[in-house]
Order: sequence, then C-alpha cells, then structure tokens
Amino acid sequence: MTLLELFSVPFMQRALIAAFLVGIAAPAVGTYIVQRRLALMGDGIGHVAVTGVAIGLWTQTSPTWTAVVVAIAGAVVIEVVRERGHAEGDVALAMLFYGGLAGGVFVTGLAGTGASRLQEFLFGSILTISVDDLLVTMALSVVLIVICVGLSPQLFAVSQDADYAKVAGLPVRFYSILVAVLAALSVVIAMRTVGLLLVSALMVVPVAIVQQLTRSFRMTLLGAMGAGLAASVGGLVLAAVLSRTGANVQPGPSIVLVALAGFFLVWPIGAWLRRRRALRAPFPETSPEEKPVDEAHPHHHGEKCGHVAVEHGDHVDYIHDGHRHAAHVGAEGEHYDEH
Amino acid sequence: MNPVPADVPVQLLHGDVALSGRPVLRDVDLTVKRGEFVALMGANGSGKSTLVRTLVGLNPLSAGRLELFGRALAGFHDWSRVGYVPQRSTATGGVPASVWEVVASGRLTHRKLLRPLRSADRAAIRAALEVVGMDAYAHRGVAQLSGGQHQRVLIARALAGRPELLLLDEPTAGVDLPNQQALAEALGRLKADGATIVLVAHELGPLAPLVDRAVVMRDGRKAYDGPPLSDADVHAQGFDAAHVHCDDASARAANAAVPTPLKEL
Repeated sequence: MTLLELFSVPFMQRALIAAFLVGIAAPAVGTYIVQRRLALMGDGIGHVAVTGVAIGLWTQTSPTWTAVVVAIAGAVVIEVVRERGHAEGDVALAMLFYGGLAGGVFVTGLAGTGASRLQEFLFGSILTISVDDLLVTMALSVVLIVICVGLSPQLFAVSQDADYAKVAGLPVRFYSILVAVLAALSVVIAMRTVGLLLVSALMVVPVAIVQQLTRSFRMTLLGAMGAGLAASVGGLVLAAVLSRTGANVQPGPSIVLVALAGFFLVWPIGAWLRRRRALRAPFPETSPEEKPVDEAHPHHHGEKCGHVAVEHGDHVDYIHDGHRHAAHVGAEGEHYDEH
Repeated sequence: MNPVPADVPVQLLHGDVALSGRPVLRDVDLTVKRGEFVALMGANGSGKSTLVRTLVGLNPLSAGRLELFGRALAGFHDWSRVGYVPQRSTATGGVPASVWEVVASGRLTHRKLLRPLRSADRAAIRAALEVVGMDAYAHRGVAQLSGGQHQRVLIARALAGRPELLLLDEPTAGVDLPNQQALAEALGRLKADGATIVLVAHELGPLAPLVDRAVVMRDGRKAYDGPPLSDADVHAQGFDAAHVHCDDASARAANAAVPTPLKEL
C-alpha cells in the first residue's frame, strides 16, 4: 500500500482529523496551564481519568463520557487544593495521581476486561477511533479552541496575576475552575490520540517549544497551537510511514517524540536569543566615572558598526573589546569615553 | 454612624483581619479623602501590606466595616474606579508576556466579553505607558525588564483603567534610584490630576515630597496618623521597634539600653 492509499482509508482519515484538532486544542489549554505554573496538572488529570475509563469499561458505558466526568471532578479537586495553597498540597496531589492510576487498573481487573483494552487509553489508539468518538472529539476540540482564544484577555489576566484580576472585578475563581475543566476536557480528547500517560506532553511540550522564541503571550498561544498541530500530524504520519516497513509503531509515542525533537531543535536558537537579550539588557542609569579611551579611536560606533549597542540611561554604550564606549562631543570634536 | 458621602474613596472602621486564623490587623480605622496621597509605613510584619490588601478586598475583614466610594465592600462593583498595583513578586506567569499585553489587561474593567480592543482602549494603554515612561518598551517581554521597569509596567496596568483611587503595595522595594524618580514623577502627575493615592512603603525616598499624610502601622495597629514624617522620624520614634510588655522587665531594660539606631535592626 502506498502512502497515498494509506491516507485514503477511512480509519486513517479519522485519525488525521482527530490528530489535527487535538493537536491545536491541547496546547491552547496547555498555554494557560503552563502560565499558571501547573505543567504537571495534565499528568495528574490523566492519571485520575484512568479510573474514569475503567469505570466506563466496567459498567459497559462509553469510557469517553465516564472519563469526562471523573477527569473534571479530579481537575476541580486539584484546582481547589492549589487555591488553598496548603504546604501539603503537592503531597495531596501526588496521592490523587496514584489513587487514580491504581484505581483504574484495579477497576479494570474487576471488570474482567484485559489490560489490553485499558492500554488503548493509556498509550492512545488513534487508529481505532470510532465515528462517534471522532464527532465528540471534534465538537470538544472546537469548544476548547473557541474558549481559549475568545476568552484569552480574561484567562491571561487571571493566570498572570490572580490578585490583580480579582481587584479588577473578574470572577477569578470561576475562570480558574474553567481552566481546570478545559484541562480535563483536553485530557479526554487527547487520550485517544496520545494516551492518558502521555497526554500532558501534547499540552506542555508545544508551549515549551515556542516560548523559547516568543516575547508575547499571544504569539506563544498561537505558536503553541501551530507547533502542537505539526507534532500531532507529523507524529501520526511518521508512525504510518514506519508501519509500512513492517514495524508496529503506535502514533501516540511517535507524536510525543516528534514534539520533543522539535523542542531540542529549537532549544539552541532559544539559548542564543536569551544570550543576545542578556547582552543588550540596559546598564543601570548611574553616572559612571568617565575615562577617555586611551588609544586613538579611529572607528566610529553607530547602528551598523557591528559592536553590541546597549542602552545606558540617555545614551548608548558600545561593547568594544570588552570595554563600554560612549560617544561624547567635546571642544576638540568627538571622542569616546569608557563607561 | 453617619452615612459616608460617596466621594470618600476609602473608609475602614474598626477593621480586624485574621490570616489563616492568626489575628494580623486589629481595630484599624482609616479614612482616605478624595485627592489625598497617603503613605502607609511601618516595619516588616507591621501589617501595612495586609492593610492595603484588605482595602482592595483581597483579605476579608473578620470584624469592622469597609466602604469604597461610600458603598460597603460586598455591594461595591465599580472596580474600574480602583487601580491596584500588587507587589512585583506576585505578578508573573510561566509563559512570556509583552509589556503591552500586561498593560492591556488593565482595560478589562472596561471591556465586555469577547470584544476586541477598541481604539479608546488602545489610547488608554498608550497613555498609561507614556505616564510611566515605558512607551518605548511596549513590545518587550516583561521578563526582560529590570525590577524598576517591571514595577512601572504594573503601575501602567493599573492606570490603563483610568482609576480614581490608586493603591500601591511597596512600589519602591528593590527599585533603583533613577527608577524611583521616574515613579515619583508619574505619581506626581496623577496627583496633580486629582487622583487619590494610597501607597505602602518601607522608605519614601523620592516620593516624600508628594505625601500629604503618613499612617504608620506597628504590630497590626495604627501607631501614627498625621502629617508626613521623614524616614528618620518613623524609625526614631520607635514605630518600628519591638513592642515591649510592661511585665517583661528584662526585655524592657534591654530595649532601653540599646541605642536607637540599633533598634532599627
């Protein structure tokens, strides 16, 4: 089967649609999660959702919907524990994670369904996604994207500085719970794509990639959605290509590895940008001791002279062989002082 | 009790505040009149930051009554009249944000849900950045600013909402002198425009000439309320010295024996 034929089979087309939408929606929510410094929240919800899936398998109802209910409950508990800010908060969260995972495996055992069925949810099984599941995934993805982009001014303000947002009259608690619920929903839609144990990677890694390069929240949000889309579809295609060689590569792990590869590709650029910005950070605006440059200075510093220009109060210093040169105009013409 | 006229921006009567069960503020009265510039001073732990957080509704009162613009806090919804500048350390997120975006969130008190910025919003954001002298930095990331520049951005965010009452929590802490001067200039301009300003400060520095009235907190109570004091006065009068109990003779003797400058430590 050629690659083109592979993409024309219905299960692959369903997988592509799911990967496309989840790849956009999960990092959109993830941006707010990272902004709130809760990068591991997705993992926590993912662990709790395992119990939800198991309950669905046990009671022979849709695992998607039981996972939605349990994941939202878990996310709200995590948010409440966080808001209380108790010192033992992280221990409480850890116990919630373990309880979710252990409970899920335990209940699956009660149900008598083998571990293989649960594994579909733990590591993803985007190729077996049914039409009904695809419709749910599409609807929830669109809702997540619309809320994350449409309410971005409010969600940004609440996640950036909750105290300020409260004094500005925003319903901070409502928005915090909303972010937790959005996270729970994105965990559930991503569970068929990358699996509950890797779900957080699709929420966090695209944000980590783009924030190496961006300076604004808006660019980070949109960039993360683009990076998530590329990793998600790219990983699926990679898995499909590798499967043609006879390997049995699951799309979930390959999506996560493609995302991580993206991070390590971008990291050197980010490191270079950070170094460049640090070099150009303004010097403190104190009046320095002025000392004329000793040797003759035939070179004229300017915009395109190649020396790093750093703001220093009301003028610019040029970094010249490790010295800070500032131009002054004296009686005998222009000269350079060392600052 | 007489009803408060609506143009008294802040009135706190017999305010008690407990944080996780520990009494922090006790029986604090504070009235701020329109156009006043009030400095809340005192040592670390004296309750001055707790007080300003209480005035904006972040700490609930366990007893007493707080009115903003003549309305009890529970019934006060006109938050666009209030600008709050929190301590710098609390105001950061885990992803990049530009100066413009942070200041733009100051317009949320005027914006409706799901509406883009209008030109009036943009004008207010630009004007706020100009007041604090940060207009050239609008597209920088806040993470790349110095402490003093970040502080000015947080003030611009509060100003973008065009508040009548501005409350600032330690805006000068950890800010170098040129930035303190820039800050004093910005606040001076607001004061001239008739804004009411309440500011928490450990030391006033270049802000001193602006202050109309000083309130010194000690140990959760108001220790002084009157004409401005110099920084030296606040320390010399022992407002920030440890509180000595009468029955603790040895502590009192020790405190008396220490020369004043050392008590500040």
